[in-house]
Amino acid sequence: MKRTGSQRKSRFDQAMAGYLFLLPAIVSLCVFLIGPIIYALYISFFHFSFLDPQNKAFIGLKNYIHLFRDPLFLRALWNTTLYAIVVVPVQTAIALFLALTVNNLKGKTFFRIVYYLPTVTSTVATSLMFMFIFEPQGLLNNFLKVFGIHGPNYFNSPTFALPSIMAIAIWSSVGQYMIIYLAGLQDLPAEVYEAAALDGATGWRLLKYITLPLLKRTTFLNVVLSLIGTFQVFDQMDVISQGTGGPLNSTLSVVLDLFNQAMSQNMGYASAIGFVLFIIILILTVIQKYFFERNDEAGV
Amino acid sequence: MQKRISPAFYVVAIVYSFISLVPFVWSVYTSFKPTNGVYNTWVPFSKLTLNSYKYLLTSPQVSFMQWLLNSIIVALIVTIGNLIVNTLAGYAFARFKFPGRGPLFMVFLAVMMIPGQVVLVPMYILLAHLGWINTYQGLTIPFLMSPFMIFLARQFFLGMPNELEEAAKVDGLGAWGIFFRIFLPLARPLIATQTIFTFQGNWNSFLWTSLLESSQNMYTLPVGLNNLYGQYNAYWNQVLAGVLLLTIPMIIIFFIFQKQFVQGISTSGIK
Repeated sequence: MKRTGSQRKSRFDQAMAGYLFLLPAIVSLCVFLIGPIIYALYISFFHFSFLDPQNKAFIGLKNYIHLFRDPLFLRALWNTTLYAIVVVPVQTAIALFLALTVNNLKGKTFFRIVYYLPTVTSTVATSLMFMFIFEPQGLLNNFLKVFGIHGPNYFNSPTFALPSIMAIAIWSSVGQYMIIYLAGLQDLPAEVYEAAALDGATGWRLLKYITLPLLKRTTFLNVVLSLIGTFQVFDQMDVISQGTGGPLNSTLSVVLDLFNQAMSQNMGYASAIGFVLFIIILILTVIQKYFFERNDEAGV
Repeated sequence: MQKRISPAFYVVAIVYSFISLVPFVWSVYTSFKPTNGVYNTWVPFSKLTLNSYKYLLTSPQVSFMQWLLNSIIVALIVTIGNLIVNTLAGYAFARFKFPGRGPLFMVFLAVMMIPGQVVLVPMYILLAHLGWINTYQGLTIPFLMSPFMIFLARQFFLGMPNELEEAAKVDGLGAWGIFFRIFLPLARPLIATQTIFTFQGNWNSFLWTSLLESSQNMYTLPVGLNNLYGQYNAYWNQVLAGVLLLTIPMIIIFFIFQKQFVQGISTSGIK
């Protein structure tokens, strides 16, 4: 009798301790995440300005419908998609290439540090660094002049501004994905390589038939992380265009559009943009999950 | 398994090292150039000067020291707060049994999928109502919890052997004692990973800080630097001096905790 009593007490103590340990996290979750998410969904059905709360009006799905007729948002969505389509594969490919290059070298640690430096650096800092390098008379154009190429004024040109930002983004985060690849390479089973060596596989064949298929999971992880990150791009666009998304909206991203709409008091509309972004990222995540599971079934 | 490595690998690795480093080197060099020589590609060593740094740190027009102080205060509070909140929560999910544990954990997992920008507007409204725009409270209190870090902490504590807990119980330790005396001292790698990534994320934070800082006395460094370029029309040598003052603390931390950085990214894929 006494024993079950003390067991019950211990179980009660454990539950209380559990709730107490979780209390700060739950309060924060409710007040600063779940509450705001519900409120964001609510006001996305309203015409709402913070400075003029009297004129709040329920407009149903109009914010969402308007989004797909708003040339500014469509441009932002197009820019962001293009940005993702270029940055994700190029970044992943360079990261893989560098990881394979560095993996067996002496001084691997040194290269790893050097390649990762851009990733620990603030995006505001890297954007400003490259704005100076990409000036019409800047380092890049002086370098190109050596080869007789007359470089453009990158960030004043609707053609070159977005590709330049893509280049900066790739440079900034290649190191991160390379490190994930290096970890993936470390986990590859040595026996497979020994067996392959016995079969006489070397060089490219080894890479194509053994290493790359075994790295598939790492590649999916990298692609997904990279996709989610690229669809949320804001910092570089905001710093380089000084918030305008220019020239001629060529660097307007979805989040920059959201930010500007919120700042100009279109708050219901800005929230609707947020949910569309969420749905896009959700769809990308579901597609990724489907790929993962299919690969698991195939035994990769 | 000793293999001979072709020198081509070293060449590629060194070439990319240059690509990675040149923008930094160029920024350092430019920050030492005199204002009238910023656009000259080559400025002789004897002409280089510390004037940009002097201007930033002492000019009454630019409150750079205030921005630096703001950045340090905010990053420290947010990092320490996250360490406490996330470690406790992760531990609770891993080591305590209580009704509702599974569903609650699912909620934390689910909100990880929602991009933070979704709550930009409601958060602004909430903080404006509280009078927290342009305050340290507004820059810290909403950011003291991270579902992702809770998930990491849970995984970490799940991976520790049950015998530890059994032995501690035999010694008469209660729930709190087991956590503080047994598990917390063993959680160093977890604490290191959390500290590094939370600090880095907050130190470099730009979207939220742009939203919540409109008075220049409350700027943190990234917002201040962005305005140094935009509003103040500072010269490039001054802007890049600021860029380096923003970057150097992060690089020092990176060098000290290099191993934990790499482990953290490899295990979790976070930046």
